[in-house]
This record gives sequence, C-alpha cells and structure tokens, in this order.
Amino acid sequence: MPATTVMLCGVGGQGTILAADLLAKVAAAAGMAVKLSEVHGMAQRGGSVDTIVRFGDEVHSPVTDPGDVDHLVAFEIIEAMRRVHYVKLGGRLLVNPRAIQPLPVLTGDVRAVHGLEAALEHEGAIFVDADVLACRAGSPKSANVVLMGALSVGLEFDKSAWIDVIASRVPPKTVEANLRAFELGREVCLKGECGL
Amino acid sequence: MGRTLLSGNEAVAQGAWEAGVSVGVGYPGTPSTETLQHFATLPDVYAEWAPNEKVALEVAAGVSFGGARTLVTTKHVGLNVAADPLFTLAYTGVNGGLVVLVADDPGMHSSQNEQDSHNYAAFARVPMLDPSDSQEALQFTREAFELSERFDVVVLVRSTVRVCHGKSMVECGERIEQSARAPYRPDPSKWVMMPAMARARRVDLDARMSALAAFAESSPLNRAEYRKAELGVVCAGVCYEHVREALPEASVLKLGMTFPLPEKLIAEFASRVERLIVVEEADGYLERSLLQMGVVLSDSGLPGAGEITPGMIRRAVGMPDPVLRERDDTLPPRPPLMCPGCPHRPVFHAFRKIKAVVTGDIGCYTLGALRPLAAMDTCVCMGAAVGMAHGAELAGGFADRPVVGVIGDSTFAHSGITGLVNTVYNGGGGTIAILDNRITAMTGHQGNPVNGITLQKRHSHELDLEALCTTIGVQRVRTVDPHDVAATESALREETSTEELSVIVFRAPCALLVKDKGQPYAVDEDACTSCGACVRLGCPAIGKDEATSKAYIDVSVCVGCAQCVQVCKFAAITHTGPACDIGEV
Ligand code: SF4
Ligand code: SF4
Repeated sequence: MPATTVMLCGVGGQGTILAADLLAKVAAAAGMAVKLSEVHGMAQRGGSVDTIVRFGDEVHSPVTDPGDVDHLVAFEIIEAMRRVHYVKLGGRLLVNPRAIQPLPVLTGDVRAVHGLEAALEHEGAIFVDADVLACRAGSPKSANVVLMGALSVGLEFDKSAWIDVIASRVPPKTVEANLRAFELGREVCLKGECGL
Repeated sequence: MGRTLLSGNEAVAQGAWEAGVSVGVGYPGTPSTETLQHFATLPDVYAEWAPNEKVALEVAAGVSFGGARTLVTTKHVGLNVAADPLFTLAYTGVNGGLVVLVADDPGMHSSQNEQDSHNYAAFARVPMLDPSDSQEALQFTREAFELSERFDVVVLVRSTVRVCHGKSMVECGERIEQSARAPYRPDPSKWVMMPAMARARRVDLDARMSALAAFAESSPLNRAEYRKAELGVVCAGVCYEHVREALPEASVLKLGMTFPLPEKLIAEFASRVERLIVVEEADGYLERSLLQMGVVLSDSGLPGAGEITPGMIRRAVGMPDPVLRERDDTLPPRPPLMCPGCPHRPVFHAFRKIKAVVTGDIGCYTLGALRPLAAMDTCVCMGAAVGMAHGAELAGGFADRPVVGVIGDSTFAHSGITGLVNTVYNGGGGTIAILDNRITAMTGHQGNPVNGITLQKRHSHELDLEALCTTIGVQRVRTVDPHDVAATESALREETSTEELSVIVFRAPCALLVKDKGQPYAVDEDACTSCGACVRLGCPAIGKDEATSKAYIDVSVCVGCAQCVQVCKFAAITHTGPACDIGEV
C-alpha cells in the first residue's frame, strides 16, 4: 500500500508544525513508518508555510508533488487555494475559512482576492471554522488541534491515540482546552460529510 | 533508549552524544541550529555558541588537540567563515575525533545563496558522509567520529534542509563512555603548520586520503542496490529517498560517503546497468566526479537550482504526470515580514524618510528590504554591512544620500566588529546602526555575547556595545530606543549629517521576547484622512480598506507597541477599550 500523504499549510506562527508533530506521533504510535518535513527560518515570520507528513508501511521521500496529497489541511483560506493543485483528485481538503491578508494586500500593493470560498467549495473543500471552535474550546491558540480533530475522522488511528499524544505534547495548563478543541473538530466532521 | 521520532538535527546530536562527544560548539544558522540546541540538553556534555563559525572550529580544534571528541555545527555559508581553519586542520588531523555538521539549504528556504558543500570536502580534502534520513543522521555521525580518529582527519557530515528538519523514526543507543579520551601528545610536526612541517603533512594527507578511498570501496556506507538493469541511479543524502519513491524498480547506488568516492564500486555499478543517471541537488558534484572517472552518464535533465522532488525524477525518466487540479497563480504572494511590534521597524521607516543608502546584513532586519519599507540596498553575508558602508563611502558616496550600515547585535559580534575596526583604522566615515534586540532572533532566539545568555543558560558577561565601539576608536556613539519614532529619525539625521564615523545602538527587545503585550489600538475612521502614513510602516496589523482607503487595525494581530500612533499626524489612532474578546465566544 502506498504511503498516505498529508499536507498542512498556513501562515507562519499558526501552529502547523505542532499539528504535524501530533499527527506524526500518532502514526508512529500505531507502529507505522513516518516522515515529516517542514521548513523554518524566514517562513516563520508570517510567511506562507507548509509541512508534509507521510506515513504507511514504508515511507521514502519526505516531500511531495502536485497531485500526490491525500489530505490537505489548510489553516488559512488563501494558503488553501495556493496548494489546491497538490491534492489528488478524490483527495480531501479541510479548510479553515479564516483569511489572513498578506502584507502586499494590506498595503494596497496587490489587490485582495475574493470568491475563494466558492472556488474551494467547487474543489470539494470542507470548511472547519477552527478559530471560532478554538475559542469555544477555551483556547484561541488551539485552532491547530481543532483541525487535527477534523482530520482524525477519516484516518485509521484510534481516537485514544490522539488523546494520549495531545495530552503529552501541549503545555500542561492547556491540555483540557486542547482536548475539547480536538473533540469539536471531530464533531464538525462527524456531523457533516467531511469529504469522505 | 528505544525508538523515537527525531529530526535529522536532533539525530546528529544524539549520534554525537552516543559517540561520547563531550564538547559541542557552533553558531546558529538555519537549517543547522537545532542540532547544537538539542545536544546542549543531553547529559554530561558541554555546549556553547561561538560568535562565529571560524571561532567554533578553532575551539573544537583545541578540544580535539586536548584529546576529547567534539562536534561543530554550521550552515553551508558558515563553513565559508570556518574555511580557513578547516583547510589547515585537514593537514594537522585530529587527536580526539572532530566532526563538523554542515547543513546545506537547496532551494534557499532561508539563505542568501545555495552551496553544495561536497565541494568543500573535495577542496579541503576531508571525508564527507551524507545521511539520507534521521536514522542515518545518527549512525553516520557515530561512524564519523570513528573515522575521524581511525584515519586522523576532520570529518564533515553533510545534511540538507529535508534531512535537518525532516523527522523520522530513530533507534537510539547507548553512550560510549569518556574513557575513550585520547591522551594529549605534544607533536609540533603534526600541530604546528609552518611550511616545513606542513609540507610533510601534505604528503601524509594524501596517504590518509588514499586509505580512506580504499575504505570507501568496501564500507557499508556505500551500497549498491541491484533491481532492474534498465536504469541505474547514483545518488546520496535525501535524494536517495526521492529516487526510491519515484523509481522503486530502478537499481540504485546509494553513496553514504561522497568524498573520497569509491571509484571501483561506481565503475562496477555502471557496468551492470544499461542507462545511468545521477540525481543530486544544487550542484553537479557527483556528476562531475563520475564524468572525470570516465563513467558514461545519461543526462537526467534535472535542474541544478533548487530542491529535487520525486515528481521531478519521474518526469526526468519520462513517466507521465498525474492529473492535476487547476492551480491559481493569481493569488497575492505572502512574503515573510517583521512581527507586529518589532523594534526594527521604526529604524527602517526612518531610513526611508532620510533617503539613506542602506548596506544591510543577515537577520530579521533583512526583511526591511521588502515593501512597504523597502529600505535596504544590499544584503551579502554576515558582517558585510559594515565593510560595505565603508566601501560605499570610498566610492564617493551618493549625492545627498547618507550611507548607513545596518547590522544586528549577534551579527555584529559574529563579524561586524572587525569591519568596524577597519573603518576606524582607515579613517572612514558614515553611520553604523546596530540593532540590538537582545537576542539572535531570526534563527529562533539564541543567546549571544551581547545579551550574555549562554547556550546552556549559564550566567555570563553582557558585551557592552557602546564601550566596545568607543574603545576601538569610534568617537560618536549613542543609544536610542527605536520604539521612539521621532528620536530614531532625529538621531539618524544628526549622525548622518556629520563627516565623522558614528555608531547608533538601537536597543529594544525583540517583540517576541515581550511577554506583556500592550492593549491593541484602533483607527478612528472619522479622523483618518486616508493618508496611508501608518500603512507605510509595514505593520501586519494595519491594512488599507479597499473600498474607503481608510486604515484599519486588526485587534487580534496588534500588540500595542504604539509605533503607528506616532506616525499618524491626525491623531486618528487611539486606544480601544479592552475590546479583544477572542476566546469568549
Ligand atoms: S523575531 Fe523579533 S526581531 Fe525578528 S522580526 Fe520578529 S520582533 Fe523583529
Ligand atoms: S500599535 Fe500599531 S504598529 Fe504597533 S502592533 Fe499595533 S497596529 Fe502595529
């Protein structure tokens, strides 16, 4: 069986790396081969970022190509659109509909784009209001975990494995809020069709 | 120790620890930084940041000389800085094992150039190992220390961004105990490289290389994997993983040791496949070496610039592309930017106002080159700001435009000091702005000599920049809080209007170090005249409304630094109440 490829993308500082780490640890706990690849440095300063997690019986390359991603988890809507072509036909697109305008748009150098929701919906995107749900869970910073909750529906890992990894990986004071965030993310997906 | 998920950088640190390394030294540089940071947390080791890579390698040379094993970490451009001692250490060899991790950055995710450090191995004549994932990063590092002592050489371990920052499962082992320490033996013919002794050591170096080349032929570091004979691929490092992914049927010669190369093994592999290609990133090092050996290669057509992916390899051998969704190339770009509340921002804002020609440097403040600040004219390498400012003055300056060199605290300690000594010595003028944000921010907040925070968090001396500049002979030295927009501008105007050399230390902590965020600000729409002054500050919290052209502030991004308040002539930016209710939905 070929490895499963998950791409997480967003804006530097949104917590994509922590989320990818959670996923990688859950896959590792399930006894799978795992590879995770990320890029830091410049990109952490509010730039466009992505992290790739690949897992399965055997995993070779840590990177991926357009058309090879099974699940795209986008923390921000413009970044979702930027990477749509990475997703396989039939692959899954989970999108936090929040927009963070890039600086060239803020300064008026470049025009903002509109109609992204419709374009992504056309591509079969499922929207997960991660920022709103994170606030409801009690920690605005847990949007990344909300998205992992949504992603977890449709991956073969036990929910308990996720709970163990989250509890051991996030700051102790935020464990409860993060577990709530995970649960809220799952609910959205369990209620809706969730791109499955 | 068992199996854990480690990044390549962490695995190199673990490998060094297992090899009994007692001292680690380096300078932070993406993508190598986490290696020494992780090493510093392991038991029974000492680790330190050096002000630059040359110093780091010299310290390590002393450790090795003294009989202990030592690890140096650097990014590719840092090896340029350390090249001087490296080339001579190839002659002296080692006592305790000495291994240098060099992290290349194909694709230039956070570097000013792309280098293939294989060339350094061949140039300096020191062996190089190329791990392809975290497990190999650990094993090869252990092996590198064995080789270093067995063959009396410095060994380079070359990693690339995908190995450094990639994570995969690693089987960790036990530490070899310190009893491995080699006794100190005085031996000037080995350690004093003056011409007569160096000439002898040069002959010896060639002998050591021959022995290593023989070792390379049979070492399990190099491995021929025979599958179908139609296509053979020679590769090393992470490219091996891309090749296995893209071409599971191809025969592969995986080179774990890329200098010296196993010529017989390569010739044998070449003879057993019908068509042979090389897959490598950044430079044609392997391809060139194979051609020199007389191996017949097919052109892979892969680019020299940037990273290789499995898809590129599939395409290169004529396999069809998958069907793709449409891609949208009209999206606004999202470059990195200075954080909200960054103390560097008003300095660049002032550069723009005084129309300075700015010779820049490496660090967060390089981002001042981007719009809307767009107030940096050069960025070459660590420390270049100071020398280039002097050079620009020597060229005769620029009509009515002052020249300012801008450099960070850590970078100044790295290699700005010598540049400043040079300007003073040669009677140069101009203005140097040292942006002291109390940390090495770009690489993820490492301590440095200016803030006196050591890698293992020991208390140490804080380098007094003002006293240092005065001591080396700068007559005009002053300190300014960059958050004070008016003071920043007037200090720059004053200092750039004198002929004399001057230094302004702009001191305020990096915004990410400031734990107590101020209350966010808001724009009073009625008072806002759409002049755009605040927008030109380039704060990611301030935007221009597409419809009304009025400014607005995103309360969830604003950290309340009040820089924008100071640039608004119409007092349209005011405090909001405690309005941020995010989290209470
Ligand atoms: S990390 Fe610190 S120094 Fe760098 S851009 Fe952000 S606030 Fe400025
Ligand atoms: S106070 Fe003004 S400049 Fe400072 S972070 Fe807020 S919006 Fe940006």
